[in-house]
Amino acid sequence: MNTPIQPLLSVRDLKTYFMMDEGVVKAVDGVTFDVNSGQVFGIVGESGCGKSVTMKAVLRIVEPPGKIVHGEILLNCKTKDGDCQVIDLAKLDANGKEMRSIRGAEIALIPQEPMSSFSPVHTVGDQIIEAIMLHQPVDKRGARQIALQMLKDVGIPMPEQRLDEYSWQLSGGLRQRAIIAMALSCNPRLLIADEPTTAVDVTTQAQVLRLLRNLQQQRNAAIIFITHDLGVIAQMASYVMVMYLGLVVEQGPVDDIFHASKHPYTQALLRSIPSVNSTPRVELPTISGSIPHPFNKPKGCPFHPRCVKSMPGKCDVRTPALLPVGEKQWVSCFLYHDVEVAA
Amino acid sequence: MTNANTTPLLEVKNLHKYFPIRKGFFRKTVGNVRAVDDVTFFVNEGETLGLVGESGCGKTTTSRCILRAMAPTSGEMLFRTKEGQTVDLAKLTRRELRPLRPQMQMIFQDPYGSLNPRMTLFDIVGEPLLVNGMPNRKEREERVAELLRLVGMRPEFMQRFPHAFSGGQRQRIGIARALSVNPRLVVADEPVSALDVSVQAQILNLMLDLQKRLNLTYLFVAHNLSVVKHICDRVAVMYVGKLVEMADTEELYHSPKHPYTAALMAAVPVADPRINSGSVELKGEVPSPANPPSGCYFHPRCEFVVDACRTETPVLREITSNHFVACHRADELKLPGIA
Amino acid sequence: MAANLPVEETLVSHLVSKAEERVSVASNWQLVWWRFRKNRLAIISLIVLVFFYAIVLVPDFFSTQDPEATESALAFIPMQGISFFDSSGFNLSVPAVVGKRNPVTLRMEWKIDETKKVPIRLFVQGYKYKVLGLFETDLHLIGPTDPKSADWLYLFGTDRLGRDQWSRMMFGTRTSMTVGLVAVALSVIFGVLLGGISGYFGGWPDMIIQRLIELLQSLPTIPIWLAMSAALPQGWRPDQVFFAITIILSLIGWTTLGREVRGRFLSLREEDFVLAADLAGCSRFRIITRHMVPAFMSHIIATSTLAIPVMIINETSLSYLGLGIRPPAISWGVLLQEAQNIQTVAQAPWLLLPGVVVILSVLAFNLVGDGLRDAADPYGH
Repeated sequence: MNTPIQPLLSVRDLKTYFMMDEGVVKAVDGVTFDVNSGQVFGIVGESGCGKSVTMKAVLRIVEPPGKIVHGEILLNCKTKDGDCQVIDLAKLDANGKEMRSIRGAEIALIPQEPMSSFSPVHTVGDQIIEAIMLHQPVDKRGARQIALQMLKDVGIPMPEQRLDEYSWQLSGGLRQRAIIAMALSCNPRLLIADEPTTAVDVTTQAQVLRLLRNLQQQRNAAIIFITHDLGVIAQMASYVMVMYLGLVVEQGPVDDIFHASKHPYTQALLRSIPSVNSTPRVELPTISGSIPHPFNKPKGCPFHPRCVKSMPGKCDVRTPALLPVGEKQWVSCFLYHDVEVAA
Repeated sequence: MTNANTTPLLEVKNLHKYFPIRKGFFRKTVGNVRAVDDVTFFVNEGETLGLVGESGCGKTTTSRCILRAMAPTSGEMLFRTKEGQTVDLAKLTRRELRPLRPQMQMIFQDPYGSLNPRMTLFDIVGEPLLVNGMPNRKEREERVAELLRLVGMRPEFMQRFPHAFSGGQRQRIGIARALSVNPRLVVADEPVSALDVSVQAQILNLMLDLQKRLNLTYLFVAHNLSVVKHICDRVAVMYVGKLVEMADTEELYHSPKHPYTAALMAAVPVADPRINSGSVELKGEVPSPANPPSGCYFHPRCEFVVDACRTETPVLREITSNHFVACHRADELKLPGIA
Repeated sequence: MAANLPVEETLVSHLVSKAEERVSVASNWQLVWWRFRKNRLAIISLIVLVFFYAIVLVPDFFSTQDPEATESALAFIPMQGISFFDSSGFNLSVPAVVGKRNPVTLRMEWKIDETKKVPIRLFVQGYKYKVLGLFETDLHLIGPTDPKSADWLYLFGTDRLGRDQWSRMMFGTRTSMTVGLVAVALSVIFGVLLGGISGYFGGWPDMIIQRLIELLQSLPTIPIWLAMSAALPQGWRPDQVFFAITIILSLIGWTTLGREVRGRFLSLREEDFVLAADLAGCSRFRIITRHMVPAFMSHIIATSTLAIPVMIINETSLSYLGLGIRPPAISWGVLLQEAQNIQTVAQAPWLLLPGVVVILSVLAFNLVGDGLRDAADPYGH
């Protein structure tokens, strides 16, 4: 965050709340991070951590009763003249023309479920062509050519045939590739991959991850990679952000997160996953308790009730702020500093 | 762990399960989905056998056949009962099967769909007791309290309904239900796949602990190779309805002998950025079990394929002690492991 | 070893709030009721329906006169509006009706005379009747203060035979609301039974029942009713006719429910908790009754509640056409028969009031049914 180059996406103190009948769910409660051009930025966390809602907020597709109540989402856009212009996406109208021209063209989404992301009554080609024609000044034939090239780029065999097929005629792996093709069809500078390999097999996952890595390098696109799978994050991301109950607990380069993590949650999480290299059939160190219900968010640091290093009087009263510890690592924990979040 | 001399608790021999494909007005059978295609393996008492594979490999169908949730098309499933007899589960009628049901139970994958939302915990965990000869309510209450304590939950919770609990807790309730009738064989069908990462460890620890205490035998069906390595004594790998390799866990992960097993392991991303993994690509797609390739089902994707692979189906044979492979070239190939 | 197992807590804090405790031990029906309660429109409609069914139980209590007493001299008396206050405070009264014989037609014509007031009050003595056939009483809800006064109460006016419409409405309510309820109850029984067999067993029973459903649904309803009604012997008593009409309506009405129940059974069969019960050794009967049926019971009740107004309208239409309940039995449709020509309607528009009551009851049932459906299935399965 203190790199001299202007980041591609800058999220500042984002807060997204859901106003439900039973109370307010603070799904994202003050999240700050930067994504640089060409970087693979991983967001990792368990259920209820807010990673999906953060992604939806950036794309401005948070469903009501959710609302962005605070914060900035600064996107570094290239205008037609080649200048850099910074737009705050949080201030735009979610359904307005400007946001819609950004969505799909500047920022694209690779969703989790390829099956439900394609319309079953339109061919794959039609849907990709529609996306292309929305954002680029080409006619239908030109769009079809682009779509064909995209399918080739993602490694789908017999692309001319596939263009005229329906999504349910494709296998799981091919569908995932087709979704990636659609996302990349307008050359976005930022890709958001929301658990793209959770619903596929391990061997298909390897294919998809490799494809994403290649494409990312070729086009120098940045990817925000959201997942709960620590193995995938370790292999894909260069910078990782760990979230818990709507807050960022730690962020830093991937090696620091995995080999020199600072926050007790990150440490406990890494210890608790079985790995092929760990001793088998022994008790895994676990995090006691379970993730609290969003209506029952603990006071102070959200992790303190389950934290072995919790300091009574401090961690249960005040919420720690996200501050640097080391060169590129940031933690929100009172073990490292004494600053709390501004009210 | 592995005793060649003792009779296994469960021996599955040449198990087939085909689902007919019916087309046309008169619903003629035009083909079969060969979900389980000649599978043979055994499970010893007190051990955990992992059954791994990707979607469509037939592991879930195999586990359901063993418990007779569906009837197999052909094959034997020899189970050694509490009384010491060996019965073929495949041949029993529904009525004959009933008294054996308490000896084999299942833990389900989906913590939300496996508990009846309209029943209290007492009803859910106590139902197997009720239908298997414990009509006295007080007695059942005591046993349910004991079971809830065993899985790490407070007995007072038995008045509550499932909607009050998280995924991990529901899974514990499911385990309590499965253990209520003192089963000997427990089939765990992806028991931690639907849970959060931090909760998976809790449930795995619980399963290990219960196994030691109650001398349980687990058939652990899963697709996560790290979890399988952690909890299983032996592992069997399935591909498109066939069993391609089976060995002790350490042995399998250290030196796999089937190209598919090696590819599967190499595809698993390790949670360590310093180790490059998950990038070896296995080309092609998993074939449909309705229309598998000729010969060895894996041959279109195998980098070591020879002519024999296209025409002859390899048989599962013992290569080294307790290490079974179904590959024509198992003797010659030197495949990399991951542990 | 025992102490090492982590004990799960439902919530992080040890103090579980009272409200959360209540929710965690709340059965499905309690949750449904709590959700239903939030829907104000549905609650109001429920109160309206409770009132209607109170009338069904004791129509005599609500009537002011014998509904069958005819007196041609009292024909076409207009409605008497109740005034609640007068010069001396809260006093219920109605304006008197004054009759004059028309010299040309020699018929009595009645007009409201605002100057004369007939005092009325609640809980008066009137004609004797039996409550639910059990015990006798003569208490009525409303009536003239002086039981021996010559002026009577015609809250809804009279028809061409001089019969008090208000009292007839009470009895009509009893018939129409009961037919609707009983017909739907029978449909539910047929639908759950046949749909259940179809869905649970599949195969041949499924084929046969599904074709039967398709056959029944493709038959045009009105001609079928005509045929079946015409087939009823002329000499049958009104209550026999009533019974027969109810059965006729339900024989055709069960099909939609049957289909839905079948669909539910088919999907429930694949649920893990059903498989778990099977693996535990539960009998088929126990699985169906204890696991499958309760799972969609709330949906069935919601759907049935929405089916009752359809039955009410069916019966009203049939009776209006003279094919359903026949006079001297009273139902809303029978009452509406009196308003079949323009002359009558122009002369005595109050005869259309049964139509308003039909609308009210249908609306109330629909709102309650919608509320139930939303409360039972908040995610719209």
